[in-house]
Amino acid sequence: MINRSLKELGAALAEKRISSVELATLFVERIERLNPTLNAFITVDKGKTLAMAREADQRLASGLAGPLTGIPLAHKDIFCTEGWLTTCGSKMLSNFVSPYDAHVVSRMKLAGLVTLGKTNMDEFAMGSSNETSFYGPVKNPWDTARVPGGSSGGAAAAIAARLAPAATGTDTGGSIRQPAALCGLTGLKPTYGVVSRYGMIAFASSLDQGGPMAKSAEDCAYLLSAMAGFDPRDSTSLDRPNEDYGRDLEKPLAGLTIGLPREFFGTGMAADVRSAVDAALAEYRKQGAVTVEVSLPNSGLSVPAYYVIAPAEASSNLSRFDGVRYGYRAPEYADLSDMYCKTRAQGFGAEVKRRILIGTYVLSHGYYDAYYLQAQKIRRLIANDFVEAFRHCDIIMGPTAPSTAFAVGAKSDDPVAMYLSDIYTIAVNLAGLPGMSIPCGFGEGNLPVGLQLIGNYFEEARMLNVAHRYQLATNWHKRMPENL
Amino acid sequence: MPLNLDQVERLARLSRIEISAADSGETRDQLNGVFALIEQLQAADTRGILPMAHAVELAQRLREDIVTESDRREAYQAVAPEIENGLYLVPKVME
Amino acid sequence: MEWEVVIGLETHAQLQTKSKIFSGSSTAFGAAPNVQANAVDIALPGVLPVLNRAAVECAIRLGLAVGGRIAARSIFARKNYFYPDLPKGYQISQYEIPVISGGSLAIIVGQGEQGYEKTVQLTRAHLEEDAGKSLHEDFHGKSGIDLNRAGTPLLEIVTEPDMRSSAEAVAYAKALHALVQWIGICDGNMQEGSFRCDANVSVRPKGSEKLGTRREIKNLNSFRFMQQAIDYEVHWQIATLEDGGRIEQATVLFDPATGETRAMRSKEDAQDYRYFPDPDLLPLEIIPEWIARVKAGMPELPAEMKLRFAPDYGLSAYDAAMLTVSRETAAYFEDCVAAAGRENAKLCANWLMGELAARLNKEGGEIAAAPISPLQLAALVRRIADGTISNKIGREVFDALWNGDAQDVDELISARGLKQITDGGAIEALIAEVLAANPKSVEEFRAGKEKAFNALVGQLMKATKGKANPQQVNELLRRKLSG
Ligand SMILES: [Mg+2]
Ligand SMILES: [Zn+2]
Repeated sequence: MINRSLKELGAALAEKRISSVELATLFVERIERLNPTLNAFITVDKGKTLAMAREADQRLASGLAGPLTGIPLAHKDIFCTEGWLTTCGSKMLSNFVSPYDAHVVSRMKLAGLVTLGKTNMDEFAMGSSNETSFYGPVKNPWDTARVPGGSSGGAAAAIAARLAPAATGTDTGGSIRQPAALCGLTGLKPTYGVVSRYGMIAFASSLDQGGPMAKSAEDCAYLLSAMAGFDPRDSTSLDRPNEDYGRDLEKPLAGLTIGLPREFFGTGMAADVRSAVDAALAEYRKQGAVTVEVSLPNSGLSVPAYYVIAPAEASSNLSRFDGVRYGYRAPEYADLSDMYCKTRAQGFGAEVKRRILIGTYVLSHGYYDAYYLQAQKIRRLIANDFVEAFRHCDIIMGPTAPSTAFAVGAKSDDPVAMYLSDIYTIAVNLAGLPGMSIPCGFGEGNLPVGLQLIGNYFEEARMLNVAHRYQLATNWHKRMPENL
Repeated sequence: MPLNLDQVERLARLSRIEISAADSGETRDQLNGVFALIEQLQAADTRGILPMAHAVELAQRLREDIVTESDRREAYQAVAPEIENGLYLVPKVME
Repeated sequence: MEWEVVIGLETHAQLQTKSKIFSGSSTAFGAAPNVQANAVDIALPGVLPVLNRAAVECAIRLGLAVGGRIAARSIFARKNYFYPDLPKGYQISQYEIPVISGGSLAIIVGQGEQGYEKTVQLTRAHLEEDAGKSLHEDFHGKSGIDLNRAGTPLLEIVTEPDMRSSAEAVAYAKALHALVQWIGICDGNMQEGSFRCDANVSVRPKGSEKLGTRREIKNLNSFRFMQQAIDYEVHWQIATLEDGGRIEQATVLFDPATGETRAMRSKEDAQDYRYFPDPDLLPLEIIPEWIARVKAGMPELPAEMKLRFAPDYGLSAYDAAMLTVSRETAAYFEDCVAAAGRENAKLCANWLMGELAARLNKEGGEIAAAPISPLQLAALVRRIADGTISNKIGREVFDALWNGDAQDVDELISARGLKQITDGGAIEALIAEVLAANPKSVEEFRAGKEKAFNALVGQLMKATKGKANPQQVNELLRRKLSG
């Protein structure tokens, strides 16, 4: 049951071969058993989960169920969930029981999905290894000495270890795709504005986008159809008709033109990643696709541009954490200013503080033009590169991450080395394009490798089709870590 | 150009983050590592390029002037560090 | 040395919307603390702002009223600073590209003979959100924070440093106060903080081109305080400079109890607000069709009305300006003239700016709620104009109407027998009686004392209880005495 697709689970529930309560119990018990090792969840609440499952069973019985009703789902702890602790991986929110639901959470509830718990993450989504969480690092189920990637590392580890059939994630610079790659999963970051950001705790507002993480493209299509949709409470949410993202899954790929950015196939990519990616491209050619070289000449500047824009927005977004209305407040302080300074010094971890300071610097008087404005101009150059590239291809492919999962602690003392883990994913966020990662093989140490798919704006259905056809011909996505 | 300790202190003050004297040297060094990365931006020729502040370039959507919210003070203040008579309490505000 | 005072004003006008600028909370005044502060207003993690269309329309209305440029595309920016009444740690405002730029406002400074007109140039007007309130009453040595006001829409209207005295500053503030109410964007309630001014005040040697260092007086919420605060500040600055001191740029508060200004205690090291475009809000676009729609729904503006009043009603520019100080005043006047007849417009204006204004001033109250309606005043004016009653008797009629002793002017005149005596024979008979009774005055008049004539007129008017036509009395008396 734990390896079933969402479609299969939906059918089993609809045909009453299993109840939602039984299914939830199965996963809750796996969490109870394996989470102490993996640390994929920050919060589980069996009582709440089973209550939702019972409600889903009633819906199933009454015939009002949708295709996802009764299926358990884990939420990244960045999504506000009413009545649940919502920490965003931070001590700052260690006591924050959200009084409201994020739009994504409401949509998932509406579809009848059952909340399994809140997954671990890098603090305020700032990290690529899940080591910055106040709640401790997450372990990669493929090798617990290694990181699962980040910031949606808890979600990735949970699905890889079959503690949850699927999860929500968020991606600001690669936080869905990179952990999906490192844990052997399928994850999708939609076009900016397709998924509402309301209730998703902001890291960098112009880059953040929620999306699905699951075992397959087909599962992601189901989840995205439920998750996406116009939300009047987010003024960057796009008012477009609802889509069935699975509508084109089965379309053959003959005639598809795949663009391979020269800059993504340079020296930065590890050999084992390269051979897995090359093999995947060969499979696509076998299915009738053609590959062409394209160029993203400014992509080399995406990491520095990102480390100006994201911290700038974050430094402002995180000002609300001041110990006044909710969250952590330092126990001792001399006066108001001291209360702020101590609360924020104690409530935030090192990486978050570092990014706040960077953001404060690049926005401050005298530096704004040279850093912030310059980064925004480069952002446009990067976005323009994609516009040009998509004149020559239907979809862009390349590696998701430069290497497979690295060892816990390997990069935690070197922020810049850590930042470069997202070298292939960041440009997509800067441009606002949709991106995906799908498993495409295994590298040294039997660690998963991810293939990145980048679509043109609003081409999610096409990307899912391209991913699904590959998954019909391969079974990388069906593998699961053994010794768990 | 690398930051000095005074600048680190000023950033910390603007950000309302206390940094102990013992930590400020390490903070400075790590920030300077990141600034070396960011410094690469200066090499790019961006003359005539408009800054891109948003991932989508559309006009802002507006809402109609309708009151949609009702009193949820109790729920919101259930998570507050310190309240009294419906007010959030903070150390005395000096003008 | 002679000093020149230089003043620029920044006014925060709370906009009359039902809901907040970025959330669906009510903006009604006076609710219990924090019950009108929803998730967006208290900045819960994850919440987002959505701009209120009505707030933008208010900005467009002001832009049209002052002849400013309405930006086709303007940008919302974050102004970052920490303060407990600012829940997000930043205020959403507009910085580089405001919704309105330029424009001007005509003002009248002083009254009557000393009165003069002046035009104040506006720099810009931008939309932003209000902060909450810090209450400093005793909470065991702590402050209490009420966020009901947080997110109330504001239009910040900024002038050029065009004003040269506290009187000009107050005249501008009054004109703007009237205008924002006139165009229906602000209720103007200064006690409730709906209209608050900051004054940037500096002084410089007369003739100097260079601006002196300014100090900003924050939150002036009455015209009287504005006058007092600026006067104090100007004296203080001049005294400081004449003593060889220097003015430091500062933010100061006015203490109405002492009548003094003092620098704010929290001397934050050189503020750096780190403005940047709010990533949650895309550019605000205002298309010409929207502006046209707003324009079509606008009332006639005071400036237009003033230009029309002078020729239409045969009034002086000064009268026209006085009658257009508020939309209610102008409406009262036009209703009154419509009933009294255009030929009586000047008389209507005199009564409105004279007796009516004086009574309203003395007893308080708004013209729209005056105990005398425009129609009643018109009836009174008509009876004066057609000679039925004298101006003096008119005042008695006005009193009776004001006090509610009567409703109908004509009924009152006949009930009290106030009709003017215009019968020449009757008046001549009375003249004979008065001359007989006052031989001394007659003698003095004949000796060349004009004063004696006035005394005789007084006696005559007394004898008729004021009902005789004074002009007629004059003529007949003079004829009799010279005869
Ligand atoms: Mg100001
Ligand atoms: Zn302001």
